[in-house]
Amino acid sequence: MRIQLTARQKRDQAAFRAFVEAEIVPYAAQFDQEERLPAEIIGKLTAAGYLGALLPETVGGLGMEMITFGLLHEEVGRGCSSVRSLLTVHSMVAYAILRWGSREQKACWLPKLGRGEVIAAFGLSEPAVGSDAKSIQTTAVQQDDGYVLTGQKRWITGGQIAGLFLIFAQCAGKATAFLVERERQGLRTEPIRGLLGTRGSMLAEVHLDHCWVPAGNRLGGVGFGFTAVALSALDVGRYSVACGCVGIGRACLEASLQYSNQRQQFGVYLKDHQLIQQMITNMITNVRAATLLCYEAGYLKETNSSRAAQAVLVAKYFASTMATQAANDAVQIHGANGCSREYPVQRYLRDAKIMEIIEGSTQIQQLLIAGGAY
Amino acid sequence: MIPTTRMRLRQFLSRYFTNHDLKDEDDFFALGYVNSLFAMQLVLFVEQEFQFTIEDQDLDLDNFRSINALVKLIERKTAYAVS
Repeated sequence: MRIQLTARQKRDQAAFRAFVEAEIVPYAAQFDQEERLPAEIIGKLTAAGYLGALLPETVGGLGMEMITFGLLHEEVGRGCSSVRSLLTVHSMVAYAILRWGSREQKACWLPKLGRGEVIAAFGLSEPAVGSDAKSIQTTAVQQDDGYVLTGQKRWITGGQIAGLFLIFAQCAGKATAFLVERERQGLRTEPIRGLLGTRGSMLAEVHLDHCWVPAGNRLGGVGFGFTAVALSALDVGRYSVACGCVGIGRACLEASLQYSNQRQQFGVYLKDHQLIQQMITNMITNVRAATLLCYEAGYLKETNSSRAAQAVLVAKYFASTMATQAANDAVQIHGANGCSREYPVQRYLRDAKIMEIIEGSTQIQQLLIAGGAY
Repeated sequence: MIPTTRMRLRQFLSRYFTNHDLKDEDDFFALGYVNSLFAMQLVLFVEQEFQFTIEDQDLDLDNFRSINALVKLIERKTAYAVS
């Protein structure tokens, strides 16, 4: 057994890191304060091919295997969780179409998603429905060789700029997934602002007011099809969030090492104070553990193991709770400076907290993990 | 002895139905032993074990509900691949 990235994976990780250092890190505070991702960063992600990370090269994607996909999300997450969130949801929808789409849907959408011509968003959550996803209230009624969608989605990452939405609705009492273009009559979005974290991830409410889509826009079957479409997309989402949290953890550790090596109190550097060392040790250990859990999850996904789903849950659960703890300690180490916009650790803490809520809250992960053990 | 399709399915399912004597016609999802992740794991297992891709039109709960239903699906998909 060898737990080691391949030479190719290491090269790719270095390339991701260089991209993030140049194009994301210098602007992350601005994305957070202005609560938006400018078109320029979307353009840079597109040019680098990262929006098509999971898609085959035949449709303009990068055809990444799962470990490398995870490394991409780790590096981007280290720079900015808002950017990483957008990559996540776009990849989730792209993957759902790749995996479950009809020939026509794949031909229509995969090239556009792969080249970043259209941003995709995942429309599951509603004002009254979060964890209890099966209870979604948006309806789809068959009409004129298509479906009329009515309802409201909330907390939709990328919803302000997406050109394509994967909307989940109840169709004759069975949950079903639909691809809905922004231009469809009856679809309207409203920005959501003032969030605690991932403030730049362009969240929106999506209002569907008798929005008709042709039958060809239904993705997967009715009922069970929803389960397969939603769960396989959420699995990709959870895995990328887990890897993004490893990135947050690393960012917290790097910031804390730097700060404690520069700042002095009581005549010595902070790093010489044992209670600071304790927090640094916990960060080092937990970031390393989360990294290995993500590697395992990526490996099991890549090899289509039946143990992959459980491994992804464990990785997401541990990495997100680890990120919050690491960020909490990073702010503590920075003291009052940690509460100031001049230092990034306050943003890491706010973003980390969001990671404990999205893609299945910490409590849902705990229920699913224990449930899968029997 | 070469394991049959039915035997291979039972071996996989035995992990999820440890205290239940699963019959060929039992509806997995109605029994209450499994959660929604099971559906995804079942799809993955069937694809890996029997070497075919489950497509959009196969995504009907009736194809996955019981051992009998799965055997029918697998035989249909693998016969198509062979022919």
